[in-house]
Amino acid sequence: MSVEGDLDLAPGYESQSEEGAGREGVREGVRSYVLGLALAIALTVASFWVARTHILYGPSIPVALVALAVAQMGIHLVFFLHITTAPDNTNNVLALALGILIVFVLVFGTVWVMAHMNHNMMPHMTSMEAPLAAPSPQNE
Amino acid sequence: MFGKLTWQAIPFDQPIPLVTSAVLIVVITGLVVFVFAKGYVPYLWKEWITSVDHKRIGIMYCLLALVMLLRGFSDALMMRSQQALAFNAPGYLPPEHYDQIFSAHGTIMIFFVAMPFVVGLMNFVVPLQLGVRDVAFPTLNSVSFWLTAAGALLVNVSLVVGEFARTGWLPFPPLSELTYSPGVGVDYYAWSLEISGIGTLMAGINMVTTILKMRAPGMNYMRMPVFCWTSLASNLLIVVSFPILTATLAMLLLDRYVGFHFFTNEAGGNPMVFMNLIWAWGHPEVYILVLPAFGVYSEVVSTFSSKPLFGYRSMVVATMAICLLSFLVWLHHFFTMGPGGDVNAFFGIMSMIIAIPTGVKLFNWLFTMYGGRIRFTVPMMWSIGFMVTFALGGMTGVLLAVPPADFVLHNSLFLVAHFHNVIIGGVLFGAFAGYTYWFPKAFGFSLDERLGKAAFWCWFVGFYVAFVPLYVVGLDGMTRRMQHYSQPEWYPWILVAGVGALIILTGIILQVTQLTVSIRTRAQRRELTGDPWDGRTLEWATASPPPAYNFAVLPNVENEEPYWGMKLKARENLQLSAEPKYEAIEVPRNTPTGFITAFFAVVTGFALIWHIWWIVVLGLVGAYATFVVFAWRDVVETPISAEEVAREDRANRAVRLEALRAAGRAEPPQAQEALA
Amino acid sequence: MNSVVLPAGHAGSGHSHSHAPGHGAGGPASKRIVVGFGFWIYLISDIIMFSALFATYAVLAPATAGGPSARQIFDPNSVAIETACLLASSFACGMASIAVSQRSMKWTQISLFITGLLGFVFLLFELHEFHGLVARGDGPTRSAFLSAFFTLVGCHGLHITAGLLWLGTMMAQFYAKGFRRDIQYRYLCFSLFWHALDIIWVAIFSLVYLVGMNL
Repeated sequence: MSVEGDLDLAPGYESQSEEGAGREGVREGVRSYVLGLALAIALTVASFWVARTHILYGPSIPVALVALAVAQMGIHLVFFLHITTAPDNTNNVLALALGILIVFVLVFGTVWVMAHMNHNMMPHMTSMEAPLAAPSPQNE
Repeated sequence: MFGKLTWQAIPFDQPIPLVTSAVLIVVITGLVVFVFAKGYVPYLWKEWITSVDHKRIGIMYCLLALVMLLRGFSDALMMRSQQALAFNAPGYLPPEHYDQIFSAHGTIMIFFVAMPFVVGLMNFVVPLQLGVRDVAFPTLNSVSFWLTAAGALLVNVSLVVGEFARTGWLPFPPLSELTYSPGVGVDYYAWSLEISGIGTLMAGINMVTTILKMRAPGMNYMRMPVFCWTSLASNLLIVVSFPILTATLAMLLLDRYVGFHFFTNEAGGNPMVFMNLIWAWGHPEVYILVLPAFGVYSEVVSTFSSKPLFGYRSMVVATMAICLLSFLVWLHHFFTMGPGGDVNAFFGIMSMIIAIPTGVKLFNWLFTMYGGRIRFTVPMMWSIGFMVTFALGGMTGVLLAVPPADFVLHNSLFLVAHFHNVIIGGVLFGAFAGYTYWFPKAFGFSLDERLGKAAFWCWFVGFYVAFVPLYVVGLDGMTRRMQHYSQPEWYPWILVAGVGALIILTGIILQVTQLTVSIRTRAQRRELTGDPWDGRTLEWATASPPPAYNFAVLPNVENEEPYWGMKLKARENLQLSAEPKYEAIEVPRNTPTGFITAFFAVVTGFALIWHIWWIVVLGLVGAYATFVVFAWRDVVETPISAEEVAREDRANRAVRLEALRAAGRAEPPQAQEALA
Repeated sequence: MNSVVLPAGHAGSGHSHSHAPGHGAGGPASKRIVVGFGFWIYLISDIIMFSALFATYAVLAPATAGGPSARQIFDPNSVAIETACLLASSFACGMASIAVSQRSMKWTQISLFITGLLGFVFLLFELHEFHGLVARGDGPTRSAFLSAFFTLVGCHGLHITAGLLWLGTMMAQFYAKGFRRDIQYRYLCFSLFWHALDIIWVAIFSLVYLVGMNL
C-alpha cells in the first residue's frame, strides 16, 4: 500500500522513500548514521575530557557538561531518530517540545521548591550542597 | 509459601467489614451464577469482554465508574453518619476503620469513578465526532480498560482480605512508610494505582494519537468539535503527568519493600520530596478530570440552545491555556509546608491566573445560551447546575489560592468543601450530563426524562445541603478527617451535612431507578434515526447504536459543525445526500489480550502485596507470554462485506428520510424557524 | 444523513489518504505514521518519568547520611565503557534499520545480534558496579543519595533489560514471519526505544556521573 500523499513523517523515518530504497538509499542511510556516530563520539570524548582534566575553570565544568549533553541529545535526535524541523515533522517536534517543557518545569520547579523548603524546614541541610541546584536564593 | 498471607487477613473479628464482605461475596457470586446459568457468557465474552471497539470499551468504563460510585458513596455515607454521631461520643467506626474509609472513599472516587467516567465518555465519543472508525490502537484500548478494572478489583479485594491504607487518598510519608504503616494497606493502594496508572497512561497515548493523526478528511484542527479539543488537552496532561505518579509511588514502594530512603525520616530521606512530586501529578490530575467535563458542557449547551457554540477560537485557546497553566500551580497544595514567601507568592498568583481561561469558557457558554432557543432537557439542567455550582467552587478556590488565607484553611473542611464543590459540580455533573446526552446514541433508546430531572434536583439540592455546612465549620476551624470532635458549634452543621448526604442518596436511588425503568420500557422509547436531540456534530450522523465501523463511508468535512451543515442541506431539499458507494470494511479483530493481561496484573499485584514472590514471577511471565502470543497473530482484522454495510446504512437512511419528510410535512414554517 | 460521495479509494479499510492540503486535513494518517507517532508519545511520557527520578536525585544527592558521596563511588573507566557500549549499540541498531528496509535477513539478524550483545555488555558492567557498591555496604539502603542513584540508574538498566527481551522477540519474529509490514512497524518502535535509551544515558553519564565526580 503506497503512502504518497502523506504529508507527515513517522519519527524514525528519514524520508518517505526510505522503505525499499536502492543502493543509493543504503549509502545515504549509512552516511547519516556514521556522521551521527562520529559527532556523538566527539562530544562524548569532550565530556569526559572536560570532566577529568582541569582545562576549564572549575565552577564552569557542570555548565559545559550540560551544554555538551544537550548537544549530544540533539545529535541523537537528528541523526538517529530523524527528528527535524521540516514541515512534515511538526507534530513530532511539538510533542517533543511539550515534553521538554514539562521536564524543565518539573526538574527546575522541584529543585527551586525543595531548596526553599530545605532551607526553611531542615536546619542541617542547605541547598549549597546540591550539585545540580540552580544558584540558591537566600530569602528573608 | 504464601508470603504474609494468613487467615488473619480476613476480618473475622470486625463486624462491619465482615458483614460487608459477606454481602458483597453473596451478591457477586449470585450475579456470576445468574450469568452462567442464563447462558450469557458466550455473548458477553464475544461482544464485550474481548471487544476492541471503542464504543463497547467506553460503555464498560462508564459502567465501572457507576458501580464504583455506589461503593465510594457508601463510604461517604459512613463518614457523614460517623461524624453526625461522634459529637462528644465515639461513634460506631473505630479510628483504624474510619481512616481506611476516608482513604478508600477518596481513592475510589478519583481513580475509579471520576477517571473511568471521563475516559469512558471520551472513548465512546471522540472517534465518532472525528468521523473515523476507531481509536488509533484498539487492542491497547482494551488493555487500558481491563487494567483499570484490575486496579479497581484490587482495591475492593482489600475489603475482604487484609486492609486498606489509612493515610488518606494520597499516602503522605512518613505515615505511609513501613515504620508507621506496617500492614498491607498502603501496598494495596500503591500496586492498585501502579497497575491502573499504566492503563490510564496508555489510554492517554491512544487518544492523543487518535486526535492528532486520525480525523475525517477535511477536518483540520479548527473544525474539530470542542469536546475533542478538551479531550486532547486532557489526554496530553495524562501523558505528561501520569509518569510522575508512577515514579513517585514506585519510590514509596522501594522504601517499603527494599528499605530505600527516599522519604523516610532516617538516612537522609526527605518526606517533602514526596509531597512535591505527588502534587506535581495531582494538580494536572484534577484538570484531566474537569477538561472533558468542560467539553461535555460545550456540546450540550450548544445543542440545547439550538445555536453554534459562542467563541470557538477563544474556547480552544482557553482550553490549551488551562492545559499548560495546570502544570504551574501545584505548590498551592502545600503552601503551609514551608516553601516561604517568594515561592508561595509565585504559585499563588499562578493559581489565580488559571481561573481566567475558565472564566472565558463560562462566559462563552452563557453567550451561547443568550439568544438561543433553550430546551431544558436533563443534560441541559446538569449543565446549568454546573455553571452555578462550579462558579462558587472556583471562587473558593481562588480564595484558597491566597497563601495567608490558605494558612488558616489548609486541611480544614473548607478545603474539603471546595474540592467537592468543583469535582461534583464540575466533573460529576458533566459526567452525568454526558451520560444522559450520549446514552441514546450508545443504546438506541433514551433515559426517562422525569426521573432524570428528579435525580438532578436531588443531587443539586443535596450537594448544597451537604457541603455548604462544611464551608461554615471549616471557617470555624474544623479539620478534615475527624473521627470525633467536641465543639458544640460544629454539631448542628454536621447534622445538616448528613441530611444533605441522604438527599444525594435519594438522587442516586432515582438514577438507578431511571436506568432500570428505562431499560424495561425501552421498546417505547426507541429512537431510530440516531439523532434524538437535533445534534450538530458527527456522532449524530450515525445510527443508534452505531455499527461496529461507525461510518459506512468516512464523511468529508467542509466546515465546523459538519453534521449541522448536512442537515440544513437535507431539510432544504427534503432529501438526503446521494447514497455513497459502499465497500467492504475491515474492523480490528476481538481479542482476549486485554482481559488476560489484566488477570495476570491482578495475580501479580495481589502476590506483590502479600509478598508471595513465586506467584509474582509466574504472573510476570504470564503477562509477557500474553504479549508474545498477541504479537504472533497473523490475522488482525475481520472483514465486513459491502452488502452488509449497505444493508445497515440503507436501513438508517430510510428512517432518517421518513423523519425528514414527516418534519417537512408537519409544520414547514416552524421547521424553517427552527433552523434560524 | 450520510456523507457526500467521496472519490473512489477513500472508503474501505479505514485507511484514507486524500490530496487535501496540510493542517492535518488529509484524513486519517497511514498506519506507519500512527504507530510511529503513538510510540513517540509513549517515549515522551517515559522521558518525563525519568525526569521525576532526575529531579529526586538532584534534591537528594547531598543527603549522604554519613555514607559516601558521588565523588567517592563513581568509576570513570566503567562509565566510559558503558557509554561506548550503548553508543555503538545505537549505531548497530541504525544499521539494522537499514538492513530491514533492504529486506536483508542476514544483515538484519547480524546487526540486531550486535545491538543486543553490546547492550548486554553494558548491563554486565552496570551490574558489576552495583554489586561492588552493595558488597561494600554502600547499597541503596545506606542513604537517600544512594537510593536515588540506584533507582535512577537502575531504572535505566531495567529499561535496557526490557529492551533486550523485546529485541530477542523481534529477532524471532523476523526469523519466523519475515519482513511483514506490521513487524517492520514494531521494529521501528523498538529502534525509537533503543535510541531514546541512549539519549537518557547521555543525561545520566553527564549529569549524574561526570558532574557528580566534579563536585
